[in-house]
Amino acid sequence: MFEPVILKNINIPDSFKLSAYINSGGYQALKKALEMTPDALIQMVKDSGLRGRGGAGFSTGLKWSFIPKDATLQKYLCCNADEGEPGTFKDRAIIEYDPHQLVEGMIIASYAIGADTSYIYIRGEFAFGADRLEAAIKEAYQKNYLGKNILGTKFNHDMYVHRGAGAYICGEETALLESIEGRRALPRIKPPFPAHVGLFGKPTVINNVETLACIPHIINKGASWFASIGPAKSPGPKLFGISGSVNKPGLYELPMGTPLREIIYTHAGGMKPGKKLKAVVPGGVSAPMLTEKDLDTPMDFDSLAAKGTMLGSGAVVVIDDSMCIVKAALITHEFFHHESCGKCTPCREGLDWIVKVMRRIEHGQGKEGDIELLQKLCVDIFGRTFCPLGDGAVMALRGAFNNFREEFEYHIKNKRCMVNGNR
Amino acid sequence: MLSEAAVNEIKDIRKRYATARSCIMPCLYVVQKEYGYITEDGMREIAKILGVKPVLVFEVSTFYTMYNKKPVGRYHVQVCTNISCSIMDGEHIVDVISRKLGVKVKETTPDKKFTLSTVECLGSCGTAPMMQINDKYYENLNDTKVEEILNSLR
Repeated sequence: MFEPVILKNINIPDSFKLSAYINSGGYQALKKALEMTPDALIQMVKDSGLRGRGGAGFSTGLKWSFIPKDATLQKYLCCNADEGEPGTFKDRAIIEYDPHQLVEGMIIASYAIGADTSYIYIRGEFAFGADRLEAAIKEAYQKNYLGKNILGTKFNHDMYVHRGAGAYICGEETALLESIEGRRALPRIKPPFPAHVGLFGKPTVINNVETLACIPHIINKGASWFASIGPAKSPGPKLFGISGSVNKPGLYELPMGTPLREIIYTHAGGMKPGKKLKAVVPGGVSAPMLTEKDLDTPMDFDSLAAKGTMLGSGAVVVIDDSMCIVKAALITHEFFHHESCGKCTPCREGLDWIVKVMRRIEHGQGKEGDIELLQKLCVDIFGRTFCPLGDGAVMALRGAFNNFREEFEYHIKNKRCMVNGNR
Repeated sequence: MLSEAAVNEIKDIRKRYATARSCIMPCLYVVQKEYGYITEDGMREIAKILGVKPVLVFEVSTFYTMYNKKPVGRYHVQVCTNISCSIMDGEHIVDVISRKLGVKVKETTPDKKFTLSTVECLGSCGTAPMMQINDKYYENLNDTKVEEILNSLR
């Protein structure tokens, strides 16, 4: 059985306090890291094979290495805690129950890239989590893990919490930077990448909460330990949040590459009584859905990409046979429509149109040719926007068509639902 | 006028950021706490204290959904109806609350105590269905639990 790493402290009493964190070996990694050179740290994270847990799966060590070495330049670290991809609830657990793990990871990351200031961008709704982080940061200052001349070294660092205010787009890294700068969160064009022109125009690294929480463990146990867990090309422990029609929904920490079937049936207790598995969204709603035939897919970046979907945030949403896929797709696209920031015309207007057409299909007023119209809109949006929000919406809709086109056709032809006949 | 405590809070916020503009989002929360929602006067006060043009504050307040542009009830009941909650019948929870309070979604009770809203994913999918009332999450909801929660707030 796999021993949890990131969630190991989560059930101990007062796990969010500094005393509990130190009792379980907390801040030892920071001491070790401060004795290393920043370059050696970056190399270690590269060697570990850690890939970003926010969804894109980019090598964390490589991302850090893009930061200019010029010591006279100010640099920033931003932690992306804007957890908002529907189905995802992993970072919240770390923030609320083990905030020091994140704070320690951030201090080490900041030392590696030479950042004297960091911000945690937390979604506005996580007020409780923001309070926990503020308290943890205060405790870290008292122990001189933050502040001036940290633990007797020349390294200075300040850390702040920035609360969002209800905008999914802020999870996109350049929109997140705009939001910290006090603007409407409209994504920036890349290049330049944040590693060169980031927060306040300075070189910036943006990492997800779970990614940063892995850092102290890599320092303590070594790069080769981390690299030995799961598949060679996307190693490490991974948080999987299971929701929907299963007996034991919740957060599970398992080796990367654990098969989807094992996650659903062994860990999450299988389907609820009387329910049959119909579809599974493997990585938050932007990830195209899979079906029964795909359940043996290992849950890692490359295996899911090979299936035409993605690991995303590792949020597994299990849909049972009583759920109409037209309705599920409508809920998903109402979401994307609501959250489109409005900057790029294809996304703003395209999603508006998609939702209008899907609403009429769902409500028995669909017309012949509507599926083709939706498919054309997908072509018009995909790859034509600054950020991946529109692409995510398109991928989700294509996933629904690929597996359940007949449900859309039935809705249009019979003016009612194939699953819930009288609706 | 903002209270002295609120003005001091804004001055503290200013110390955390490289630019005055960055303080706009946290300052809007201060205004919302002070007046219950985002007032135009409140936004002008922020602009004045921070030394930025008022339009920079207005444009931020209209972009983000958590800044209430009009008054809401003392308890803002927000029920998630996104995918995971919908699978667990979050819509039924909306109906139960709507019947109990006698208001539709987006409405406020006549005594100004409750406003009912539906919202997008709140990141609590493993404990669906769920709702948020003001800053607090209520998870694994059912009819009885909803009844008890609302009664405790009456």
